[in-house]
Amino acid sequence: MKNCLFAVVVAVSAATAVADGVSGVVKFKGTQPAERALPLDPACGASFKKVNPGAKPTTRFFVVGKDGGFGDVLVQIKGLSGGPAPSGKHVLDQKGCEYIPYVSACRAGQAISVLNSDPVLHNVHPQPAVSGNKEYNKAQLPHGPALDFQYDQPEEFLKFKCDVHPWMFSYISVMDHGYFAVTDENGKFSIAGVPDGTYELLARHRKAGETSQKVTVKGGKADVSLTLELK
Amino acid sequence: MAELNKAVSPTDSYPRWLHRLAVATALVTLALIGLGGMVTSKEAGMAVPDWPTTFGENMFLFPFSQWVGGVFFEHSHRLLASAVGMLTVALSSWIWVREMGGAGRWFGLAWIVAGMGLIGVRHQVVFIILASVSALVLVFCFFRMVGTGRKIAWWAMIAYCLVLVQGTLGGLRVTLYRDEIGIVHGTIAQLFFLLICSIALVTGRGWRRILAIPENPGIAEMRPILALMTGLILCQLVLGASMRHQHAGLAVPDFPLAYGRVWPATDGESIREANRKRLDPREFKPITANHVRLHMAHRLLAVGILGGLAWCCLVARRRTGSGSAVVRATDFWMGLISVQAILGAATIWSQKSAEVATLHVMTGAVCLTFGGLLTISVFRVSKPLHAAIRAAHVPDRSPVGVSSQ
Repeated sequence: MKNCLFAVVVAVSAATAVADGVSGVVKFKGTQPAERALPLDPACGASFKKVNPGAKPTTRFFVVGKDGGFGDVLVQIKGLSGGPAPSGKHVLDQKGCEYIPYVSACRAGQAISVLNSDPVLHNVHPQPAVSGNKEYNKAQLPHGPALDFQYDQPEEFLKFKCDVHPWMFSYISVMDHGYFAVTDENGKFSIAGVPDGTYELLARHRKAGETSQKVTVKGGKADVSLTLELK
Repeated sequence: MAELNKAVSPTDSYPRWLHRLAVATALVTLALIGLGGMVTSKEAGMAVPDWPTTFGENMFLFPFSQWVGGVFFEHSHRLLASAVGMLTVALSSWIWVREMGGAGRWFGLAWIVAGMGLIGVRHQVVFIILASVSALVLVFCFFRMVGTGRKIAWWAMIAYCLVLVQGTLGGLRVTLYRDEIGIVHGTIAQLFFLLICSIALVTGRGWRRILAIPENPGIAEMRPILALMTGLILCQLVLGASMRHQHAGLAVPDFPLAYGRVWPATDGESIREANRKRLDPREFKPITANHVRLHMAHRLLAVGILGGLAWCCLVARRRTGSGSAVVRATDFWMGLISVQAILGAATIWSQKSAEVATLHVMTGAVCLTFGGLLTISVFRVSKPLHAAIRAAHVPDRSPVGVSSQ
């Protein structure tokens, strides 16, 4: 009985250690380019104001936090396969005539559910570039039912766009493993369930390029800081 | 009716209302080309995801309140295209009935009416079958047109077939997600405009004035030069349509240099760098090395056309005399092309503003059409003389007593 209890405690500890995973921050270095104003029409302008009171509608190419943390960066561990299974559907919403989130990632084969929380008509038009991933173009009424998509081939930064409102676009990376994350607005990320070992951690941003770093995971944990420089 | 081959004088009457209908069709077609340009420039081509319906409804009943954003441009484009289709049906059937006799008249009219009836079915497969048959009829018309005295009737039938093919291509561009179809669609639009303007030309009073121009060996010598320049402008428009329908925005963002150089680098790293620096709110597709090469080919051909037309103006002066109608026409054409070149530069300087880019497309259509009409006129005016010159140089192998004409 005592041995069994010990085994359970060890197992829980190990699981906890693994769950901490690889975490850290991606920093931005360089001069942040100015974002462009979005040419919203009156209906979208009203919807944007309601969702983002006081904010100006602009592009979101470079999301940089106060401490230089770099948002919307895809971070992944190279050379690993498998990984944690996805939990439920990956959700992309249209709010204030913007896609939320702007950059995200999901597993290959995971359902992508696109919502329309706006009081205006949108069309959801994913434009994959990898063979085997199909292009669709579907209309979605104001507050209409969710539209589901699924992509089986891995593809980084698969573009979803709205042709009714040409400034609306979003990128979803479809990954063939579970060891990835997208940085939040402060550049922070966390990849859970990484087994102990030494790996290459790759960070990629659509406009700022990519950087990589060796990372050693010990006891299920590793803390990393990467910097992406815009030249 | 002023047939192309019939001798007419400036005082002859002309089919006034038919000419007005042709002019109206041409003007609406030019507006349609402009609206099509706005659709592409605003990246709104896919804003209505279905076709021939609009969001599942009959497009003529789609509520105005839902014409928002990109839907406004795409849906207006479809409605205006329908208007051009209707005008073309009226024009084609009028000319056909007027020009043709016997069974051919009724057979052609039956084809036009059947085509119109089938359009009412509004199923994609019906449109595809109709467009395929139209393409075959179009080829048939083209061969029948050669050597006939009723050219304008065949022109009218070709216009009807083209409008069916063009409408179907526009719809398939949306449902098949194929940029390549957009290139063909954009090019046919230009040729259709030229064809309708040609019909307007030969049905109008101006055609009689053109035919009254005295024969002049110099005019006959202008034929190949004008045809060559019109052909080059058509090639340039195909290049332009290819650039626009890649949906990749400006492949080269500066002018007169290209990425600060005379000739831009097209290696992988340079292209990646260029894509990273693009921050347009429309977020065009990433550019490739071939996009850059295509853009530069468009610039080079523009220089070639400008130089070629300047040369054309000089040759016209030497061969037809400085005050001739041909000189005035080539000078005007040169002016049009110069405006077009400035608009091309302005498209780049404005970072492909939708309005400027669309004006560039429309002026391109006008340049091609003016060149085409000038070429047709010169060919017609110099026809008897040209034949005489040929006859003087080529031994006549006809049997005695049989005209080589």
